[in-house]
Amino acid sequence: MSGVCYLVRHDTQYEYAGEVAHSHQQLHLTPRETERQQCLAHRIEINPEPSRRTEHLDAFGNIVTRIEFDKPHGRLDVVSDMRVQLAPLPELDLEEGEPWESVRDQLCYNAQSRTVHWLEAMRFRGESPYVRIKRQFREFAADCLSPGASVASVANAVMAKVNAEFRYEQGATEIATPLMDVLANRCGVCQDFAHMMIASLRSVGLAARYVSGYLHTHRPQAAATSEPGAEVLGADASHAWVAVFAPPLGWISFDPTNNLLVDQEHVALAWGRDFGDVSPLRGVILGGGSHQLTVKVTVEKSAEPAT
Amino acid sequence: MRSIADTQPMLYAGSQQRYDELLERDGTIRAHWDPLIKHLSKGGAETARRTVEMTRRLIIENGVTYNVYADPQGRDRPWQLDPLPLMIEAREWRALESGVRQRAQLLNALLADLYGSQSLIARGVVPAELAFGHPNYLWAAHGTRPLGGTWLHLYAADIARAPDGRWWVLSDRTQTPSGPGYALENRAIISRVLPGLVNETATRALTGFFHRLRESLACFVDDNNPPLMVVLTPGPFNETYFEHAYLARHLGLPLVQGQDLTVRGDTVYMKTLSGLKRVHAILRRLDDDFCDPLELRADSALGVPGLLGVVRAGRVTLANALGSGVLESAGWLGFLPGAAEALLGESLQLPSVATWWCGEKPALDYVIENLDRLVIKQTFPNQRFDACFGRDLDEAEQRHLIARLRSRPYAYVGQERISLSQAPSWRAGANVRLTPRTLTMRVYAIATQDGYEVMPGGLARIAAEGVVDIVSSQRGGGSKDVWVLSDPEAGAEPAQIHGTAANDALVGSGYRRHDELPSQLVENLYWLGRYSERCEDKARLLRATLAVRTNADIWKAARAECVRQGVLDADDEPNESLYDDEQPFGLAGDLGRLGWCATQSRSLLSAEHWRSIIVIQRHFQEAGASMADPLETLDRLLVSLTSLSGFALDDMTQDDGWRMLMLGRRLERIQFLASLLSARLESSEPMRQAELEWLLDIGGVSITYRTRYVSAPQLAPALQLLIFEDASPRALAYQWRKVGRTLSSLAVSIGAISDHELEAPVAQLSAAGTEGVEEEGEVGAERREWLAAALSELAAAAGRVSDRIALRHFSLVDRGVRILAS
Repeated sequence: MSGVCYLVRHDTQYEYAGEVAHSHQQLHLTPRETERQQCLAHRIEINPEPSRRTEHLDAFGNIVTRIEFDKPHGRLDVVSDMRVQLAPLPELDLEEGEPWESVRDQLCYNAQSRTVHWLEAMRFRGESPYVRIKRQFREFAADCLSPGASVASVANAVMAKVNAEFRYEQGATEIATPLMDVLANRCGVCQDFAHMMIASLRSVGLAARYVSGYLHTHRPQAAATSEPGAEVLGADASHAWVAVFAPPLGWISFDPTNNLLVDQEHVALAWGRDFGDVSPLRGVILGGGSHQLTVKVTVEKSAEPAT
Repeated sequence: MRSIADTQPMLYAGSQQRYDELLERDGTIRAHWDPLIKHLSKGGAETARRTVEMTRRLIIENGVTYNVYADPQGRDRPWQLDPLPLMIEAREWRALESGVRQRAQLLNALLADLYGSQSLIARGVVPAELAFGHPNYLWAAHGTRPLGGTWLHLYAADIARAPDGRWWVLSDRTQTPSGPGYALENRAIISRVLPGLVNETATRALTGFFHRLRESLACFVDDNNPPLMVVLTPGPFNETYFEHAYLARHLGLPLVQGQDLTVRGDTVYMKTLSGLKRVHAILRRLDDDFCDPLELRADSALGVPGLLGVVRAGRVTLANALGSGVLESAGWLGFLPGAAEALLGESLQLPSVATWWCGEKPALDYVIENLDRLVIKQTFPNQRFDACFGRDLDEAEQRHLIARLRSRPYAYVGQERISLSQAPSWRAGANVRLTPRTLTMRVYAIATQDGYEVMPGGLARIAAEGVVDIVSSQRGGGSKDVWVLSDPEAGAEPAQIHGTAANDALVGSGYRRHDELPSQLVENLYWLGRYSERCEDKARLLRATLAVRTNADIWKAARAECVRQGVLDADDEPNESLYDDEQPFGLAGDLGRLGWCATQSRSLLSAEHWRSIIVIQRHFQEAGASMADPLETLDRLLVSLTSLSGFALDDMTQDDGWRMLMLGRRLERIQFLASLLSARLESSEPMRQAELEWLLDIGGVSITYRTRYVSAPQLAPALQLLIFEDASPRALAYQWRKVGRTLSSLAVSIGAISDHELEAPVAQLSAAGTEGVEEEGEVGAERREWLAAALSELAAAAGRVSDRIALRHFSLVDRGVRILAS
């Protein structure tokens, strides 16, 4: 199959002012296999060696790695390396598909049996901890709702609106910033853009999920020298976007931060209702005092594997 | 049956609109109330008044409280209990019991389906919205399977009786049903205020019921250790903390907070004095999403990080299972008949109050059409919508509400209002009489190996007077004991048999009450010991000082000592300082801290021990409010404080927790007395008679001195008595000897390192002795200085022992748990 190959390195470092006596961490750092994404190789390296390491699938089908440290340590370094191959997005006509009103109504309870696809979608249309359902979000999406329009074209319009009306600003928000504040201030990071789009779609009754992963960015200067491997190390960051349930096309991914349809530049790690379900690394530590967090992400195009 | 006409005037007239629990439609008394009414009419007004008064007093003294979040007056408010029980006849109870049992079974099966295959959602029997939109539906718990397949260990149904006499379920409690502890305490109090009547009426007993819960939790132990079960509480600020402590004590289980537990690997442990001990089961009073900050709410400091991992590994039983709160929504009510058919193949026995979930179009239309006769409620507990009666809204408000329903229909339900039944309650006043109050009842079921078992009784809640159809403890209602009469057809009483048989079985299988104590609890006991002693010492110091107020010789020095200890403010009048709880080291503040430590270790104190601490606080506050004479207050205070040491000695199991409490008392005593004596000896003046009398008074040995020496106090024999007399519990020598012994026992029982910290200063003190301290001039001054230095070193060493204990035994108490995310 023709496709693009990427090498991704996601390096997370915690440096603690004091010693951490004990800690539990939960990682969502293993790429998902999808119809268009194939994981060719993957490895998570952890330093210091955890006293325990296990893996399980969560309710959304993501691979979760749990680690525990029972010896005092002053730093934690988690490096996830992966090699994935992405197939191109097939030709899509966003205008195609069932009208959004009909999908909205079918996502509601009707006392009938449902197929797995619809059941899956129903998981992603309610409120979740980071995505409240509010009149304000519905009003925000109101002018994207042309009567009879397909779900994909509604989603496309909402994406364009979020992208146009919100300013991307690194450090403008933190994880705990409520989405209502983001809506009021009209700025945030990719996570906020994704949550905004999800909240708008769910508030009108559609199903949308949060996808965490990486984006391959083009760097003109690197391209100019055209030397392989000249891309700036660690200049990338983890990314987040939105997948929308648009029958009969299935789930279609939109990147509201960049206003584009997800094709061959997004590597998906995990998905859930919102950021809280899939945060790359989440932990509870005992002791440690203040800490410094450094996250470095590198996404490099690599040679295509022989097929 | 007697007619109302020939009874006393205390009866009220029945109601046409409601079912009356006491009166038949024709005004005659229902037969099963007869013994109770007879008993009441025998006693007359005076007995009634005494009964009401005794109920009130027992509640306060037993410390039965309910925290009201919105109450600016403070955290605890006394529980309200009406002395008249609600009587329920056996035949009626049989039907209720069977209905509640079936419902518990149904809800358990529903939970298993929602967290497993979700087949009911797939088949359209129940709406996905109700589960997935509920904040207590924990996706992280999806796919977990609790041991034995039991999600619901403790279930409660809130029920009410409609005018036609049928009972209806108003709501289901599936997360951490509160109230069973109050129900037990209500019974304990009412059987005291109406003595004999429980037996006379053949009311079924409640004892033993919850022990069955403990037994069934212990069933899943998968190792050879004695089962360790704990009660997990969010802490003393929770509205029902009284009950958490009560249940823990009733069941003989340790009461723990999140930080008392820790997850290592796939096992959860309790941090105890002697290290980590595996926990097999947790009876939790902590909400679902607060239980594990690693996977659930990250902003919760109350939970146990990693707990869900232990659940996933099937290594701990949670009662109730994590995520069981999802069924607490009025939205489910209308779908339960279908679920009962689908899951049990049965029809639902106990009906729910008619409820329309607006997520279905026809239901929404119906609700809007019938707004005037319905209550509108939120579907999910995290919405901020106050339930309202449609008919109470004006036209604009109704339009607004309808718009709201249309925009997010699945988030609302319309519910029929039930005209609640009424039962007599006793109103105390100039003339005692019965008044009708509307009521609802909470009935409990527990999972046992033989299926669900229903508690033969319950917690009836009555509306505040004048309020008819809203019953809420938060809104000032009250409670009633529920008396279920024995079934003459059933023969022996089932609950009793279970209780006894079960207890025998426990004894037979070598079950013992677990003597492991969480280290945090023991730390609180240790501080309870310190504060009990500290309050006593300070009260003695203050009383002895106020007693010499008119003696110019000593008043200044004595007062200075009080100021040094922080008991008096240099500029204030003594009685102002005494009652001032803002004085950082004052007695009022220390009494408050004593109460706090007692609250924290309440599950280990006997009812009397706890009560006496409450009484001390109440009396002191009353004295403060009336600015009572300080000497009189201190006299009374000392009597009560001395009784605390009696409780400590005679009323507690002498385990390691008790040893820590006593250690706290003794170290406090050593620090106080040694530093006081040292300070007095250091002052250049040799002590005069008045000062010695003052010191002997503080030391509590005036009488001993007088009987032994007859003459006026001399320095050497006084010091001998205060320091070296090792037969006197008031002397330092007695205390350090006991400290040494306690530390040795702890060394054996919990592998503590024996502490020799006190040995050197004790040797130094003994070498110094009291010889020559009375000499005039240089020689005497030198001897006194030597002794003062040794005493001061002893006080410091006692402080070091205390620090070591904290480091060695309480260090497992985590401080500074933080949550990270990237």
